[in-house]
Amino acid sequence: MESATHTEGSGHPTAGTYLRVFAVLFVITVVEVGVFYVPAFKPLLAPVLLTLSAAKFALVVMFYMHLKQDSKFFTFVFGGPLLLASAVMIGLLFLFGVFVLGG
Amino acid sequence: MTHATSMGLDSRKLAFWTFIGSECLLFGSLISTYLVYKGQSVVGPYPHEILNIPVTSLSTFDLLASSLWMVLALAAVQRGDMKWAKIWLLGVAIGGLIFLGFQVYEFTSFVHEGLTLQRNLFGASFFLLTGTHGAHVAVGVIWMLTLWVQALRGRLGPQNAITVEIAGLYWHFVDVVWIIIFTLVYLLQ
Amino acid sequence: MSNPPSTGLRSWLTTTDHKRIGTLYFWTAFAFFLIGGLEALIIRAQLAQPDGSLVSADTYNQLFTMHGTTMVFLALMPMTAAFFNWIVPLQIGARDVVFPRLNAFSYWVFLLGGLFMNASFLIGAAPDGGWFGYVNLTGPQYSPGLNIDFWVLGLQILGVASLAAGFNFIVTILNLRAPGLTMMRLPVFSWMTLVTQFLVITAFPVITVALVFLLFDRTFGTNFYVPAAGGDPVLWQHLFWIFGHPEVYILILPAMGIVSEVLPTFSRKPLFGYTVVVYSGVLIGFMGWGVWSHHMFSVGLGPIADSFFAAATMLIAIPTGVKIFNWIATLWGGQIRFTTAMKFAVGFIAMFIIGGLSGVSHASPPSDLQQTDTYYVVAHFHYVLFGGTVLGLFAGMYYWIPKMTGRLLSERLGSWHFWLTFIGMNLTFFPMHFIGLLGMPRRIYTYAPELGLGTMNLVSTIGAFVIGLGTLALVINVLWSRRHGEPAGPDPWGGATLEWSIPSPPPPHNFDVIPTVTSRLPRWTTEHPAAPSAPGSAVHVPPGSWWPLVAAAGLPIMASAVVTKLLALVFLGAAVLVFGIYRWAYEPFEV
Repeated sequence: MESATHTEGSGHPTAGTYLRVFAVLFVITVVEVGVFYVPAFKPLLAPVLLTLSAAKFALVVMFYMHLKQDSKFFTFVFGGPLLLASAVMIGLLFLFGVFVLGG
Repeated sequence: MTHATSMGLDSRKLAFWTFIGSECLLFGSLISTYLVYKGQSVVGPYPHEILNIPVTSLSTFDLLASSLWMVLALAAVQRGDMKWAKIWLLGVAIGGLIFLGFQVYEFTSFVHEGLTLQRNLFGASFFLLTGTHGAHVAVGVIWMLTLWVQALRGRLGPQNAITVEIAGLYWHFVDVVWIIIFTLVYLLQ
Repeated sequence: MSNPPSTGLRSWLTTTDHKRIGTLYFWTAFAFFLIGGLEALIIRAQLAQPDGSLVSADTYNQLFTMHGTTMVFLALMPMTAAFFNWIVPLQIGARDVVFPRLNAFSYWVFLLGGLFMNASFLIGAAPDGGWFGYVNLTGPQYSPGLNIDFWVLGLQILGVASLAAGFNFIVTILNLRAPGLTMMRLPVFSWMTLVTQFLVITAFPVITVALVFLLFDRTFGTNFYVPAAGGDPVLWQHLFWIFGHPEVYILILPAMGIVSEVLPTFSRKPLFGYTVVVYSGVLIGFMGWGVWSHHMFSVGLGPIADSFFAAATMLIAIPTGVKIFNWIATLWGGQIRFTTAMKFAVGFIAMFIIGGLSGVSHASPPSDLQQTDTYYVVAHFHYVLFGGTVLGLFAGMYYWIPKMTGRLLSERLGSWHFWLTFIGMNLTFFPMHFIGLLGMPRRIYTYAPELGLGTMNLVSTIGAFVIGLGTLALVINVLWSRRHGEPAGPDPWGGATLEWSIPSPPPPHNFDVIPTVTSRLPRWTTEHPAAPSAPGSAVHVPPGSWWPLVAAAGLPIMASAVVTKLLALVFLGAAVLVFGIYRWAYEPFEV
């Protein structure tokens, strides 16, 4: 165990970082729900919400799952299948003629 | 593992990341099906008639907060602060239970409003997607409680922080899946 | 060399030794291979002449379904797993896989899943919807019996086994390599194992989801694949082939890895273009994800989708072709020894080229529309899966069984085996190209004499029985050589890789001293350095464990709930599974 854990980046983020990340996640979620209730945003809803949730996704994965400072190989092992899943999803939506999400 | 590994990475952690990669395809297929079948139901209830955004927002915040408690639990275990480790671990489990409580409430009220597995495609694909996610949360709760009991028995400490870290990877992954579901299913109706 | 319990039933039920688990995989897969082969022989006997009456249409459906399912999931994949288990740790200089108990779990889940699915024969309700299980034929309306339930649940159980093994071998190959064994020195067989396992862990979740939908449609009355409710049977086809096409590469890449070991050894030459062969394998793995809809051209997906998948399918022939040229170039100018293993490896190249070319011919949608659902397709994939995977696995058997048992297989019987198999398979499958192009559809239990295909079908049937004779020679060879084969010694072939540096069969801990690797061909480039011959201290061998078997038993119990309609079995099975996992997790087990 010692030798295995030694090499993987000497420290995880501090509690302070975790709290700051949570604050951002919290605010983004509030914005998401807020945007949902504002009729003026209707035409922009899909791109805005997709961007916001992608940001949340990235924050959790980078900071809470430590991919930011952990070995790049973990990012590869996770990112590869994630890209594959996204490609399959986009492929299927295309094949079934669903071009616009939420359209 | 008592010996060094070729990549310098803990084997269990590496295995778990490959597992998470595999889970991406599981949820990817479920989400794809949900989206492909959106708007294909021939009878109601339809998503916009039934999805309860205020309630689900609450459970979303709850799950998000449990992720925070999870990293705080890990930080506590790593610095050997077992008192707070126990508190946060139990907190994560309770956060998960609250989420499941919301889900039970949601499913029950949907059934009362006429949305069942059999009713239409929306019901089938919705219940299977969110139900699979809920099952993952349930497994996570059992895992957290197991770690908590381990901590109570004094069998958890900085020397096996890796077990907490891996449990955390699971928990956060379940959380990011929910981040996607919340957007694609609930907000983008 | 004593493993804690070293003989007796208990030692096998609790084993966590990768070599023993490999042996279990080998014999189980071999048995299923014979069962699947028997099913094929009955199919061919039925089709030997027009208006055959050996079996009923219903039985015929069960036979071709179980032939395909058995060969893919219960014979070929597990036979590759036998080699992964036996050879990969030895090739990378490890004492075991990284998670020995998870490895045992994989095997038991596989065995119980295979038995569960075949138990359906006992009640006369074997799966009968084809190995691809297209809805809505397999939906509750058209398949109300238990047949498809056995298929769905059996595949779910087998999926668990494959996934668990996938994680295990990925981490083993990445993390347990001997010092100095960099990725670019890794033997090609281990490389292809790695690519295969990445395909397994990404492809199997997709079929899992597709099968859950089908299970829910059948058991709980959902409408995932019911057109009247807005559902789309084509979704099944997409999900199935998103899994199914990578599955094809899951079956062929290990065989390509085996051939990439056998050819250099018996040519006394390093593999030509190692780097290119490795990267081609990785590229095939990636591209294998972008071609699934070429199985569905006849659905009518529209010109854009058809063009995309046609182009992707044609492109994937490039890395495959690159490999073939590299194998041929490996032979070029080598000191070739035509052992049985070598014959099968060269046979693999030739047959795989034929299968590959007929494959490219249905990459083009207009051409494919003439071929879909005819015997032409049957000819194609048998050249790839029999001519490719099975011949590759046979090569692996002659190459590595001496390492596993310590005794050589008979070359004389091996020669019979090779020639009977090689001639038999061409007699069987080559006429099918014509049978198909002349209009005989697949999966029909009889055909009219007016079709004029009686002779060619008879030839095909004769060929199948010739293959059967060849397989008999293999069975005799394997059984006979266990006692009477010539002692192999550590390195009967002069192989280049690490498995040949240790005794045959290897001791429980494999390597007295973990070797340090300095090149791609450690046995050829090192002049036996003065390595310490004994370990500094006793090598620790992990004890066995009951809990993988107990945990595995939970899955078929849960699955039985669906076919018996006893809800309690779900809870019982889950309890067994959870109990097994907890005992496993808390068991002291030092690797």
